[in-house]
Amino acid sequence: MAYSAKVMEHFQNPRNVGEIENPDGVGEIGNPVCGDIMKLYIKVKDNRVVDVKFKTFGCGAAIATSSMITELVKNKTLEQAEKISRQTVAEALDGLPANKMHCSNLAADALRKAIEDYRDRKKINE
Amino acid sequence: MERKIYLDHNATTPVHPEVLEAMLPFYKGVFGNASSIHSFGRESKVALDESREKVAKFLNADPLEIYFTSGGTESDNLAIKGVAWANRKKGNHIVSSRIEHHAVLESCKFLEREGFEITYLPVDRYGLVDTDELKKKIRKDTILVSIIHANNEVGTIEPIEELSKVARENGVYFHTDAVQSTGKIKVDVQKLGVDLLSLSAHKFYGPKGVGALYIRRGIRLTPLSHGGHHEKARRAGTENIPGIVGLAKALEIAERDMEKEEKRLKNLSESFFKKITEKIPHVFLNGHPEHRIPNTLNLSFKGVEGESIILNLDLKGIAVASGSACTSGSLEPSHVLSAMDVPPDLAQSSLRFSFGRSNTVDEVSYVAEMLPEIISKLRSMSPIYQKEKA
Repeated sequence: MAYSAKVMEHFQNPRNVGEIENPDGVGEIGNPVCGDIMKLYIKVKDNRVVDVKFKTFGCGAAIATSSMITELVKNKTLEQAEKISRQTVAEALDGLPANKMHCSNLAADALRKAIEDYRDRKKINE
Repeated sequence: MERKIYLDHNATTPVHPEVLEAMLPFYKGVFGNASSIHSFGRESKVALDESREKVAKFLNADPLEIYFTSGGTESDNLAIKGVAWANRKKGNHIVSSRIEHHAVLESCKFLEREGFEITYLPVDRYGLVDTDELKKKIRKDTILVSIIHANNEVGTIEPIEELSKVARENGVYFHTDAVQSTGKIKVDVQKLGVDLLSLSAHKFYGPKGVGALYIRRGIRLTPLSHGGHHEKARRAGTENIPGIVGLAKALEIAERDMEKEEKRLKNLSESFFKKITEKIPHVFLNGHPEHRIPNTLNLSFKGVEGESIILNLDLKGIAVASGSACTSGSLEPSHVLSAMDVPPDLAQSSLRFSFGRSNTVDEVSYVAEMLPEIISKLRSMSPIYQKEKA
């Protein structure tokens, strides 16, 4: 696979791996049948994502995109976070092979799900 | 200088130095077209005939039954389509299996689009075809059975002797794809009882781009390409003399070293498996525990995806293959593992180690040292792996 140096960097040294004990939002995407599963945990304070962690079962692109998206989202407001698309992630990684673009989709979807989860929890608590 | 260890011999093998040496004259001074009647042609013809005899001897066949092709894929296509087209009047049903190589499966799918009916026999969890299943599915209008000899992904060896007997008793031709077994274990067409057999040079330390198809005397077959009268008008095209000479030489070497290599590779594979399972929990073997070609080890590492393991090994100069979707061209995991009912997440977590001539005890020990840390690191990142659960 023709991975960029940035992708390999994130793959070998992924950022923000782990879980958050009392997360404000959790987004889980994918299934073992298609080969990629991403779980994203966020902590939100004053409408900002102050902490983010991930766990991923997947290929090089899956791990790299998960890592990259946590870097992109840290300290952003929820509105800014929601704007992060698969293109943003792919570009930040200097591009992905065509057949791996769906991995960047998963990362963006996992983040969106985590934010949705946060909003749902907030509603319940109000 | 980074150390490089190649553990993907089922994908391809390097050309043996003796094979290269045997081929070189035919890229230099001995270049004539084997069909030419002058001395240049005759030289090449001699080499062609000698090579054909060598292959026949290796397979325990008659030289007139050996046809040279461009490789395993062409041999499979020629066998299946050739027999189907030539025997259409007798019937239009073919029986194959779910774990065949894509060259066989796609040839079958193509024939289905032409109106042939194909039955794909299931396999058990070890990848074995059940002879009774074949007995049930063979019909009056069946014209061909094609079952792989040894599966390329998991190494399971099919009971070809029993299966071909069923076909014979029903007057049906039997083809086997022996691409992965040739050069690793004994392949005798009389003993196996097959009517057609495919093999490919680059799997047994011969050059890429050349293979052979054994076609028993008396079998009707329609050619794939038409042209000159080469290979008794069954496979037109000026013969790839250097390739054919290389193929024959590689088979000679394989025969010479087979007993020794079989034992050595089996020991390497078994000691590697032992070391790995001692150091890494939740590892599962895919394939038959005994009826397997000696060099192939397909393992699933629970909770970790195949490509991510391959990348990590590659960074350390170690080459292996996987059955995960991410490493196949499509987005689907291995059809072989699926047919064996390996759970999808374990299929995605599979790794194929295929040992060969270049692998030493030292190399294999080194890989066994590197792997546990890689698996640990990836498991700590995995949302689906929990240490306590199996």
